[in-house]
Amino acid sequence: MNIKLFKKYRGAYLLLLPAILFFIIFSYIPMSGLVIAFKDFRLGLGIIGSPWCGLENFQVLFENANFIRVIRNTLVISFLKLFFVLVVPIILALMLNEVRLSAFKKGIQTLTFIPHFISWVILSGIFLMLFGIDGPLNKLIVSSGGDPIGFMTSDVWFITIIIATGVWQTAGYTAVIYLAAISGINPNLYDAASVDGANRWQQTWYITLKALQPTIIIMFILSVGGVLNSGFDQIFNMYNPQVYDVGDILGTWLIRRFEVLDFAGAAAGGLLQSVLGMFLVCLTNSLSKRFAGKESGLW
Amino acid sequence: MKYTKGEKLFNIFNILILSIVGLIMLYPLLYIFIVSISTMAGAGAGLIPKEITFSAYRIVLGSKELLTALGVSLLRTVVGTSITVVVTAMCAYALSIKKLPHRNAIMFLIVFTMLFSGGIVPTYMVVKGLGLIDSFFVYIFPMLLDVFCILILKNYFEQIPESIIDSGYLDGAGDFNILFRLYIPLSKPVVATVALITALGHWNSWFDSMIYINNPDLKVLQLFLREMIVESNFFYHYSNAIMVNSENISSETIKAAIVVITILPIFIAYPFVQKYFVKGIMLGSTKE
Repeated sequence: MNIKLFKKYRGAYLLLLPAILFFIIFSYIPMSGLVIAFKDFRLGLGIIGSPWCGLENFQVLFENANFIRVIRNTLVISFLKLFFVLVVPIILALMLNEVRLSAFKKGIQTLTFIPHFISWVILSGIFLMLFGIDGPLNKLIVSSGGDPIGFMTSDVWFITIIIATGVWQTAGYTAVIYLAAISGINPNLYDAASVDGANRWQQTWYITLKALQPTIIIMFILSVGGVLNSGFDQIFNMYNPQVYDVGDILGTWLIRRFEVLDFAGAAAGGLLQSVLGMFLVCLTNSLSKRFAGKESGLW
Repeated sequence: MKYTKGEKLFNIFNILILSIVGLIMLYPLLYIFIVSISTMAGAGAGLIPKEITFSAYRIVLGSKELLTALGVSLLRTVVGTSITVVVTAMCAYALSIKKLPHRNAIMFLIVFTMLFSGGIVPTYMVVKGLGLIDSFFVYIFPMLLDVFCILILKNYFEQIPESIIDSGYLDGAGDFNILFRLYIPLSKPVVATVALITALGHWNSWFDSMIYINNPDLKVLQLFLREMIVESNFFYHYSNAIMVNSENISSETIKAAIVVITILPIFIAYPFVQKYFVKGIMLGSTKE
């Protein structure tokens, strides 16, 4: 680098230094530590001392029936979530946008926005109680003559609850982002459309949704990035061994491998997760650029 | 504005559905509060407690474990947020200087960490290598910077006219002074947003405490709550207290009280969150 330039920006670089150190230590050194996935790791020998073993760790993973199940669960939960978590907030935002009573609109917005700031530890505490075997929902069912349902222990109910509570937590926050985008639409467009005889449905479809498209695409790409993670915090705090068949996902499985000190296996799985996640984001980004124009997409 | 019949019908329907949505949002939060103040006989599906008791709070707030965890959580939130806001602002300031040599390369390397990470195993080894296991600083350093926060602050700083820097230089001020005397005061809403995101992140963290901390005196409140609810460590901590107090409350009441105590700071912060959060994100996230 040009010495003169460096001198001129010495102050700025000095301010940048802690950040650079942070990303080297907590991002790039761990990334290089992923070589452990290709090693026959022994605690006593350390990462550098352990012998290479090629793709053996990955082979072991794919020969494990549980791992295949985990991949399947991750994909199923992710795609269900991807759909509902994307669509519900759009509908919510459009509905809120039609409300003329601003106090009511604000109140609902406030209510739906809250859960975004509450952790899944707290939320699972609440939901495990609500859907518990002697929770209020089951009390209602029993008092109206039914049999209590094991919501958290039956496969179908568990997945339904995971998706529903996932939507419950995020819909309000995402809707607020959409509403902000809607408020930036030029009102003349609506006037012009109504002069041309467009009714409110047509206006919503052709003006509002059209204007929301870039935001929707960005939200979509961002959630694709989380696909293979599919809500680790949520599931790790809500699942139990009885629903491993449908609820055990990559993240929860990896953390259990880690807890039994299978470091090489957990690292191999983690590497797969990271690489596939990055691949999916890049794929969605280039697809959205191709079909929705060069301007859309994250980069 | 005049509405047609169909539009009127739609408006009624719309408000009705949204009211139901509002109730669904509110019910779980209200329910947990009601349980936390109800006796064993009083807790039903309804939202009106039959018998009110505060003994759950008395028991919980009288236990050393919970107070310790609460203290650790508060401390990490205050210390972590202050350090993070300063370092984030420093980083965002440097990156907002358009002529900074290698700016794009540095930006790429920072944003790339959003897309790809080493994952839990290598990160654990780094943390262990730094001697942070069972140290309070494990709450501060590994989550010192968040790329999203850097980006919103950087984007906002970029909108500040460069002439301000130049006039600062002319007056003999260094970058440090320009940042803290000029830039930060000019960007209060966005700085507040970054502080809020960070503080909420600290308050809500539990994973680091679970993985890196063995010392029970260093556990955070969220982990304490998790152990209570998910791992059912409940009886270990509180069954004695209930018996000694011979109170007519169930374990659910105690759990609910802990949940309420954990949520409370978020509710206290919420008006500020509403004020700054959306605005800050919108201000900062304008695409270049």
